[in-house]
Amino acid sequence: MKHLRSIDELGLDGLTGLLQLTDHMAEINQRPVPKVPALRGRTVASLFFEDSTRTRLSFETAAKRLSADTMTFNVSTSSVNKGESLRDTVATITDMGVDAFVVRHKSVGIPWQISQWTSASIINAGDGAHQHPTQALVDCYTIREATHAQNFSGMKIAIVGDIKHSRVARSNIQAFTLLGASVVLVAPPTLLPPDVSHWPVSVSHKLDEIIDKVDVLYMLRLQSERMAQGHVPTLREYSEQYGLTHKRVLALKSDAIVMHPGPMNRGVEMQIDPSDVKNSLIHRQVANGVSVRMAVLFELLGSGSSLGGQA
Amino acid sequence: MSKSESSSTSREAMTAADVRRAIVRIAHEIVERNHGVDGLAIVGLQRGGTWIAEEIAAQINNIEKEVKVPVGALDVSLHRDDIGMRPVSLGAISNIPFDLSGATVVVVDDVLYTGRTVRAAMEGLNNYGRPRAVQLAVLVDRGHRELPIRPDFVGKNLPTHRADEVSATRDGVFVTPNPQAKP
Repeated sequence: MKHLRSIDELGLDGLTGLLQLTDHMAEINQRPVPKVPALRGRTVASLFFEDSTRTRLSFETAAKRLSADTMTFNVSTSSVNKGESLRDTVATITDMGVDAFVVRHKSVGIPWQISQWTSASIINAGDGAHQHPTQALVDCYTIREATHAQNFSGMKIAIVGDIKHSRVARSNIQAFTLLGASVVLVAPPTLLPPDVSHWPVSVSHKLDEIIDKVDVLYMLRLQSERMAQGHVPTLREYSEQYGLTHKRVLALKSDAIVMHPGPMNRGVEMQIDPSDVKNSLIHRQVANGVSVRMAVLFELLGSGSSLGGQA
Repeated sequence: MSKSESSSTSREAMTAADVRRAIVRIAHEIVERNHGVDGLAIVGLQRGGTWIAEEIAAQINNIEKEVKVPVGALDVSLHRDDIGMRPVSLGAISNIPFDLSGATVVVVDDVLYTGRTVRAAMEGLNNYGRPRAVQLAVLVDRGHRELPIRPDFVGKNLPTHRADEVSATRDGVFVTPNPQAKP
């Protein structure tokens, strides 16, 4: 495997292989000294044109735990401000000798574009509203860890909120359905893409109608600027209809799981403290982020695929 | 390894009974060398060494009934110097649920060959603490060392050709000459 840019590029075998490889990485993170020399001499550059806390930090931590060197590209203090193009920026960093770029950009398709300009591996850490494959891997791993299910067949997963602008939703829909789950999208019509008829999902506009039937309740962040753009009338109305309230927590199945990719908007989609929810996996999602990204980096850079794909 | 290795092309170097006797002897030697089992821990290397480690520990617990020797498993694939030449065996995860600091750790593997696995294991063990001493037990020593490593406990010394394949299971030890190799 050379790049990780989308879930469909990964396929079912790649997905399950990476989840299994993550078990090895999770064990390393349990050790008193959580560091292995596996990627000694490799360099990983993070190229973030959009803000990020957990994705960037977990990639850097993952690289360091595998003994890779890291380079952090900070747009606000870079020559991008002097007018350097993306292509020249990538070429410059490539010339310094990097083995992988971790890329986040507001435009769809940038990871594919960059992979034509460099021989390094490309990991998509979010491109516009398109894909965020490592978040989907983290979420699948977290569900697998909590349920001990090797595949998700028979599992019903609701993704609630701003589907239209969410790359997390798109990657997760692909990953969850690939593993056999049935996915229901819950959102007001204004926050759904214009046409989801070709997506392998069902759609509901009422959270209360499905909340007692789902095994996983996946809450998405509502970006506050969506109100200014006219997608929701008021944040209060949105949170009343689609927010996770105390009442809705009580309506959940007793073993249902609550997830959120972060950052959370407390008081909007999360009307409660997530630690009040018995089966909240939000902290596991963050903790597993490092292990999953270690598996991705090792798979792409560990010279020779450990999953038996094309080397 | 598969049963096909015990076909006519391969040579049986140890029978199942030989393997069982060698494990019993190694268990006695470990107890004798360490004057008991105080501070002793057994760590099998994934995957071939783990079942031998379990059997050695069971034998030791049989000899010295007062104490139960802790047994762990170590996956060295991420510590190797030849990463990429061997894939990670998915599912063969390290499991050392005890502190190794101050312990006498007996590393157990099936076949000792170049010594690179054992080197990686010694490095990996240090992630779990600083053992007082590390000893090495192997079912088969087939020679061809590339590093200054020697075993403390050996089931059988088995001279081989470099190209031979050696498999060691409960059913016995089998040597398969590689037909592609030059004589």
